[in-house]
Amino acid sequence: MSTLTKQTKIGSLIDFPAKGFESARSQAKEAFEIQGLPGAKTEEYKFTAITKKLEQQLTDVTMAEPFEVTPELVNSHLFEGFDGDVLVFANGHFQSNVSSQIEGIEISLLSKKSDTSIGKIAKPEKDAFCAINQASFADGLFISIPKKTQLEKTILFLNFTKISSGQVIQPRIWIEAGDFAEASFIEQTINLTDVTFFVNKVVEIKGGLNTHLHYYRLQNEGSNAIEVSNIETDIQQDSTFSSVVISLSGEMVRNNLSLNLLGSNSEGNMYGLYLLNGKTHVDNHTNVDHTIPHAESNELYKGILADHSRGVFNGKIFVRQDAQKTNAFQQNNNILLSEDAVVNTKPQLEIWADDVKCSHGCTTGQLDEEALFYLQTRGIGKLQAKGLLLYAFAGEVLEHIKHEAFKTYCTQLVEDRLGAKL
Amino acid sequence: MSKDNQILEDFTSKEYEHGWSVNYEADEAPIGLNEGIIQWISAKKEEPQWLLEWRLKAFRTWLTMEEPKWANVHYPKIDLQGLRYYSAPKQTKKPKNLDEVDPELLDIYKRLGINLNEQKRLQGIAVDAVLDSVSVATTFKDTLSKLGIVFCSFSEAVKEHPDLIKKYLGSVVPMTDNYYAALNSAVFSDGSFCYIPKGVRCPMELSTYFRINAANTGQFERTLIVAEDESYCSYLEGCTAPQRDENQLHAAVVEIYAGSHAEVKYSTVQNWFPGDKNGKGGIYNFVTKRGICAGDHSKISWTQVETGSAVTWKYPSCILKGDYSIGEFYSVAVTNNYQQADTGTKMIHIGKNTKSRIVSKGISAGKSQNSYRGQVQVMKRATNARNFSQCDSLLMGDRCGAHTFPYIDINNPTAKVEHEATTSKIGEDQIFYCNQRGIATEDAVALIVNGYAKEVLNQLPMEFAVEAQKLLALTLEGSVG
Repeated sequence: MSTLTKQTKIGSLIDFPAKGFESARSQAKEAFEIQGLPGAKTEEYKFTAITKKLEQQLTDVTMAEPFEVTPELVNSHLFEGFDGDVLVFANGHFQSNVSSQIEGIEISLLSKKSDTSIGKIAKPEKDAFCAINQASFADGLFISIPKKTQLEKTILFLNFTKISSGQVIQPRIWIEAGDFAEASFIEQTINLTDVTFFVNKVVEIKGGLNTHLHYYRLQNEGSNAIEVSNIETDIQQDSTFSSVVISLSGEMVRNNLSLNLLGSNSEGNMYGLYLLNGKTHVDNHTNVDHTIPHAESNELYKGILADHSRGVFNGKIFVRQDAQKTNAFQQNNNILLSEDAVVNTKPQLEIWADDVKCSHGCTTGQLDEEALFYLQTRGIGKLQAKGLLLYAFAGEVLEHIKHEAFKTYCTQLVEDRLGAKL
Repeated sequence: MSKDNQILEDFTSKEYEHGWSVNYEADEAPIGLNEGIIQWISAKKEEPQWLLEWRLKAFRTWLTMEEPKWANVHYPKIDLQGLRYYSAPKQTKKPKNLDEVDPELLDIYKRLGINLNEQKRLQGIAVDAVLDSVSVATTFKDTLSKLGIVFCSFSEAVKEHPDLIKKYLGSVVPMTDNYYAALNSAVFSDGSFCYIPKGVRCPMELSTYFRINAANTGQFERTLIVAEDESYCSYLEGCTAPQRDENQLHAAVVEIYAGSHAEVKYSTVQNWFPGDKNGKGGIYNFVTKRGICAGDHSKISWTQVETGSAVTWKYPSCILKGDYSIGEFYSVAVTNNYQQADTGTKMIHIGKNTKSRIVSKGISAGKSQNSYRGQVQVMKRATNARNFSQCDSLLMGDRCGAHTFPYIDINNPTAKVEHEATTSKIGEDQIFYCNQRGIATEDAVALIVNGYAKEVLNQLPMEFAVEAQKLLALTLEGSVG
């Protein structure tokens, strides 16, 4: 463990906690002081030197203040065909005046709720950045979907960032869904500046019995975004949780996605696509914890890496002793397009129960020469054929997006990116 | 289900049969570890000054190092000062041939099933037997020396072939490599040395048999195999230890050097005392094994059957430096009762068109923990590197664990790397199918396990394959579930 704690600028955030949540903040502070910022030898951050990056790139360590967002700005950045509700954030601060009023669910600032259990799902002990967020976030959003509420419209979290000199944005969201609730969320960030900034995000999701949740993320903030996100979900009996993360750009992006299966007959799906170029560094750490019998988890992460980009994948599946009859599958495939691209992958299984079916697979390679040749013999140019094959490779992840308009939008972005290779 | 468990339990509860020990007079170093002890060992073995300095340098580096904590194994801290670092059966003079070796020592090996005398007559394997810290006998030396092959104990090699030792010792596993390798470099007592000259194909299997007999003794042997260009050899290693209540430490280093077009096949059947049913006693097996394919078209193949030891920490690795070189790793690791194994391999692709293949089969029963930890690294210049890894785990009983930690680091776009892993248990349907055909459940389990491990067992030389198969059945006896 690193002992950089005090000297580092980013660590100093914990010394200036905002108001409220005193016990949660002091607990987080303690947790942070024990673990410190991840150093070069920290196993979890072995391939992602985030502390060093922040040291080099972050000139100013203060919390970013909100700014005014106009309805026009919001409307101009909604992707085509979106018909759901929008919740707008400016530098991580919720903007209720430009957000949709959603009927039937409760939305409020976290500071207005006296009895929140923040930090109970995404525990500060697990990750230093999670601890920093809990110790120093300004305010967050609380969303509660009552029992038996099935939201037909998707909720879009639209984050705008506008920063003068590399500041820190720390959004925090708590979502709880009652029994039999259904909802889907899309998360997207629009970057309005060109200076380096750091986003340290925490989302906690608490599901009830038989709840069905979808969580989609599009990461395309441009090459000056450094981001760490901790998203953790607890789901109960008969529930499903599906997540799709599409990462297209960023200076250094680290996604910690954790899923705790706490009730039998629950199902978790995690899909990810990372399409990287330039010097983009994307690190996906996923964690599925099977604590009970008869649950299932599926995981598919795919990456296409060009230029000097680096992709890191670490998928952990824990199957506890009681979690008999577990089915857990995990797959990670990568295509390297350039000499300087690097992939570090570690698909990890930890199994303590015997009556389980678990498998993981991982491949790294190039496009199939024969497939390429086949297309060429059919009169398709080499570059185009390459684009086609890459698109087919990526398509396997995109098809898990159940929101049609969002799927079309992402597909478009992916096609454009791969087309740029033509 | 419960009946099933019962059968499994019966099957896995068979006890260790090499647990006896023999009282013989031994020449021992005082307990503890310091520079004085190292000088004592070195003097005892009449070593040249450079080797003593090498040891001391390793010792000083070791003092600055910390015990590795990353492995998925748990054991109380080992009191390295409470160990004896040298123990040798007392012999007044060095035996010239087997007839002069103390019959009591030969008897030990006879009980292990390795009759050194018999070996002499039966054409086949040349054996170097290592008891506690020193090599007691080497067979077939003359036959081998006619071909220019050197196969002898390490201390003998230090005296007779100092140039070779000086050149290759520590060239693959540097003394500072890791905590246990550094410790071994400082205090290693004996081991085997094997040198195959250019263009020679070793006509027989070379084999070393290790046995820890004395109590409170650490065994630190060092094996060095040098295969010059266009040579071939196959090397076998076997190990057992008596049943004692306290844990014993075994920290060995194996280095393999393969020149261009050379091939070395290294097979291990490791059957150190695993501790009793309640997890008491057993060997801590912390071994560093590494080979380098230094020349083009060379090949190193590791095959291991791991059934013993209370705690195993072992990663036989290949550095694929030469172009077109090949590294292979075949492993069956069986853990039962309270055994813990963290084992796997490292394949470092440096040369062009290098290939590696990893097949790892873990079997856990009882309350044991079995981990595969492997790394496949493709360096930037290693164009057209190819790797295929398969690691399967078989679980018997609901108290054991199987874990996989594969690291795959690719720095070259032409690399093709595949990794797959599965975890499963022996199906009730499979056992029922066998029962139906008149095969008793216990035999059925042995059959299924052997079938599961076949891919690896097939890689073993014939003599070992038979032993390994028996060992598998034995280790798992009483564990069906």
